[in-house]
Amino acid sequence: MSNIEERVKKIIIEQLGVKEEEVKAEASFENDLGADSLDTVELVMALEEEFETEIPDEEAEKIKTVQAAIDYVKAHSDD
Amino acid sequence: MSLENKVALVTGASRGIGKAIAQQLVAAGAKVIGTATSENGAAAISEYLGDNGKGMALNVTDSEQVAEVLKAIEEQFGSIDILVNNAGITRDNLMMRMKEDEWDSVIETNLTAVFRLAKAVIRGMMKRREGRIINISSVVGTTGNPGQVNYCAAKAGLTGFTKSLAKEVAARGITVNCVAPGFIDTDMTKALTEEQKSAIFANIPAARLGAPEEVAAAVAFLASPGAAYITGETIHVNGGMAMI
Repeated sequence: MSNIEERVKKIIIEQLGVKEEEVKAEASFENDLGADSLDTVELVMALEEEFETEIPDEEAEKIKTVQAAIDYVKAHSDD
Repeated sequence: MSLENKVALVTGASRGIGKAIAQQLVAAGAKVIGTATSENGAAAISEYLGDNGKGMALNVTDSEQVAEVLKAIEEQFGSIDILVNNAGITRDNLMMRMKEDEWDSVIETNLTAVFRLAKAVIRGMMKRREGRIINISSVVGTTGNPGQVNYCAAKAGLTGFTKSLAKEVAARGITVNCVAPGFIDTDMTKALTEEQKSAIFANIPAARLGAPEEVAAAVAFLASPGAAYITGETIHVNGGMAMI
């Protein structure tokens, strides 16, 4: 597991208060991990801070699953 | 003191209700940043706040300036815990004569600027799971007032804004409320005509104008930890002129 993947998953676990084994790649924040729309906005905020980037609203709206979050950060991170 | 270590931003704080609010928040222990549209106004605020805060020039209708000022506040004082949207203007005219720019400027300053400032502080409040947003509306937002379709529309708009945002962020420990003054002894009400004033006085059971400090007391209460379970609410401070 790459560093980015681990960091993204750690944030999801912290923000949504879910167990590590629930955070599967295909898991949807709202449908599988019990997040509401505001939780998802906060999760994006936390990702922005962790990876020191700004995620535009139109991109943020597409980040609905664990894999989408990992993919976005991988594509936009300098690490 | 209940607001120890809290940072408050009060717009339109150079005089009247805004000044009274800034002073009462300071008395409760908060650090207060008060804004005024002019550098002179900001200097006057700095003077009365002394070591307890600072006056800053801010045109609330200028998005870029809002961002700059908020950044400067965070660097100097830390995150804003309490936002009091008090800045407001009137451009009274009968509907038949009201120009579109009179409508636009009142909506922009009294309503859109509240959206802009709330948006600028909400992120930090969400992260800290704590925050207070207090919007100064007006009794006429509920009752209506001839000659003020623009002002009343903006103030009524604040109520809807307040309730919606209150629902969005309540689970994050942030409350959003309005304080709705009636007729308070300020420069804004001094601009009323004698005809307007006598009509108003006939309808105030308390038979007097309110003092700015009486509005500030309601704001200080809503800002306090004791008001944590009150949200989406409007406290009317109007001497009984409208019991809503």
